[in-house]
Amino acid sequence: MKFAVIVFPGSNCDRDMYHAVRDGLGEEADLVWYENANLADYDAILLPGGFSYGDYLRSGAIASVSNVLNQIKQKAEIGTPVLGVCNGFQILLETGLLPGAMLRNEKMKFMCHYETLVVERNDTLFTSSYEKGQEIQIPIAHGEGNYYCDDATLETLQQNNQIVFTYKNNPNGSRADIAGIVSKAGNVLGMMPHPERAVEDLLGSKDGLALFQSVLHHWREMYVTTS
Amino acid sequence: MKKVRIFITLKEGVLDPQGKAVQEALQANGFPEVADTRVGKYIEMSLPDNADTAQEVQRMCDKLLANPVMEEYSYTVEEGIKS
Repeated sequence: MKFAVIVFPGSNCDRDMYHAVRDGLGEEADLVWYENANLADYDAILLPGGFSYGDYLRSGAIASVSNVLNQIKQKAEIGTPVLGVCNGFQILLETGLLPGAMLRNEKMKFMCHYETLVVERNDTLFTSSYEKGQEIQIPIAHGEGNYYCDDATLETLQQNNQIVFTYKNNPNGSRADIAGIVSKAGNVLGMMPHPERAVEDLLGSKDGLALFQSVLHHWREMYVTTS
Repeated sequence: MKKVRIFITLKEGVLDPQGKAVQEALQANGFPEVADTRVGKYIEMSLPDNADTAQEVQRMCDKLLANPVMEEYSYTVEEGIKS
């Protein structure tokens, strides 16, 4: 399986994502510069964390109107898994692939530590290797991870079962403790915590690895036939 | 040329942690009467005289400059600026 890690000026978790796929999962990954990217041959798209375009204007705003996002939208439409982590999630929100927006953390602080997440759904292609209700340790690292949406949007998210991860102890003021949501179709996941930073014991947790394993499992089910 | 000045603020009802921090700092520094502090963005630009300014500016705000999920914008246009 072949993953594309999209690199914007200011991305800084691209190597972590690459490492998670190559060394954690044991699959192919390329670091793909956002200009002149050709995503046709990739089986999954990863939007890494960082500060694309220095967070100018709003986090993710300028990356969200770059050409590569048109390709990502097309890939998303045909069902390709798209994972946005941290700044990647912010980009997905800015493009409208996922609903809502990010505000400054309630307490105005940049936070960088492990949080306990609750796996609310294990019937998505990103979470099938977890148990429903499982508590996992995944690091966060953000100043603007305070998920916001209006009442109507929250209701839609709940009705469509789009909330995949919640914080056990909400660190940033996110509505409904939301840490990660999927698109209605289920193949676009945005989350503030960093699963790619938790793929081996040496890093303090490998609870993030199951997310990548789930994506691989889905791909094998879909595309690899056994005789 | 026309000079366009755009003001972007968080919508009413959306928590503004930055505004709150600024207000608390003001209150602690001899301005206890300060209320409803909001921090926003100010963007200015020049557009040619023949542009359909209102439409252009609204399109720019909707597409990029403001995020309608959490922000609202207003703008002023000053005509007859010599370039």
